[in-house]
Amino acid sequence: MPTLSLHQLRTRHVGPIDLDIAAGECVCIRGASGSGKSLLLRAIADLDPHAGAAVLDGRACASMPGPAWRRQVALVMAEGQWWADSVGEHFPGGCTPASLDRLGLPADALGWQVARCSTGERQRLALLRTLMQQPAVLLLDEPTGNLDEDSTARVESLLGDYRREHAAALLWVSHDPRQAARVAQRRFMLEDGRLVEEGEEEDGGESTSVGHARCPDAGDAAW
Amino acid sequence: MVIELSVLDLALAALLILALAGVSLRLGLGIGQRLVVSAARTTIQLLLIGLVLKLLFDNAHFLWVAAMAAVMITAAGREVMARQKRRFVGWWGFGLGTLSMFVSSFTVSVLALLVVISNTPWYAPQYAIPLLGMVLGNTMNGIALGLDRLTHEASARRAVLEARLALGQDWDETIADTRREAIRVGMIPIINAMAAAGIVSLPGMMTGQILAGTPPVEAVKYQILVMFLIAGGTGFGTVVAVSLGARRLFDERQRLRLDRLRTSAD
Repeated sequence: MPTLSLHQLRTRHVGPIDLDIAAGECVCIRGASGSGKSLLLRAIADLDPHAGAAVLDGRACASMPGPAWRRQVALVMAEGQWWADSVGEHFPGGCTPASLDRLGLPADALGWQVARCSTGERQRLALLRTLMQQPAVLLLDEPTGNLDEDSTARVESLLGDYRREHAAALLWVSHDPRQAARVAQRRFMLEDGRLVEEGEEEDGGESTSVGHARCPDAGDAAW
Repeated sequence: MVIELSVLDLALAALLILALAGVSLRLGLGIGQRLVVSAARTTIQLLLIGLVLKLLFDNAHFLWVAAMAAVMITAAGREVMARQKRRFVGWWGFGLGTLSMFVSSFTVSVLALLVVISNTPWYAPQYAIPLLGMVLGNTMNGIALGLDRLTHEASARRAVLEARLALGQDWDETIADTRREAIRVGMIPIINAMAAAGIVSLPGMMTGQILAGTPPVEAVKYQILVMFLIAGGTGFGTVVAVSLGARRLFDERQRLRLDRLRTSAD
């Protein structure tokens, strides 16, 4: 049973888009700047008015209040935003030290001042903040955009485990074709507002340098 | 009791304006013309309202007083809208401030007329119109400041607000900080005015009454009454206007809808 279905979804110059993402599947979208990747994610998260429908496990977005939908279909924006002074205030339910550790962050990171954090630290914390709510679907807008190689590998690994353990559906926007090949089962290009599926020309691409991201055994569960 | 002013008296005072205009010309301030025009407007507008009030006092009928009040609140509503850099599109732009002022200023003024002053008839224009004017003028300021802050903050902090929505927070939680700040901004001037009254400034109403021969303590009592009414009108008006405005920034799906604002051209 597909977890997330988009039917004729349209927002501004994007769409209509039909797409099913199965539980436990990761779909990657690439596209030129301004092609509307972020707009598509915003429409799915119901942050912008849009036409068409998004359905999660048979329940339409329109059938539940906006916040309830967004807790299940969580958008992680490219630029994390912070409204309180300390990191911990953005984690109402706290954060397990194991999850912090998996992203290379110390256990006391929740006590940090946001202003003191580097861009990369903020990006990883913003991702964790959303993961702690255990959404069924993750809409990821360049989740490793500001990260170095090591942190990127950590994020890919953590998201891979999350996907398997929670049977979560991931829609991952990335600029990097190699990352798309590593993390996604299906890959699309967003061109002229339409999704064009990319061929499976290089089958070995799924398990390249960061092989553990696709490892079937979950290893140490962080939640 | 009142020492009547002659045209000559006013003309003498007008010399001050002309002298100031002369200084502006000499220093090249470039505001001489505006100064003279404004002074002329003050003269004409106040003379006109004097005539209107004279007519109103002579015909103290409820409908006339109500009509006057309606004109005042419409003008105030337009003024609130004109002072917004970003206003709500459609009827909301005018309706939001006007409705809030109607709810707060009218209630406060009518309550004071009925319960506190209890004149007969309660709508006696000599009391009703000046009271409403003072409450309305200050409420208008508070609402204009509060709404302007609300829409400015919402636009400037759009990314933060949307990030909070994306985390599944509801609109109320998302906008709470901004709303609180906007209400505070609207209420600060009257709070400051009350704190400074009598020490730094002698409020105009009281001064006027004293000049007109009222015993100071009586004038002070009225001033205290008016201060409280103004504070009540401004406070509740700002709360209503900013709360309604904050709600209007989000739609039924609890999305932030900044497209419901448009930036004024001027």
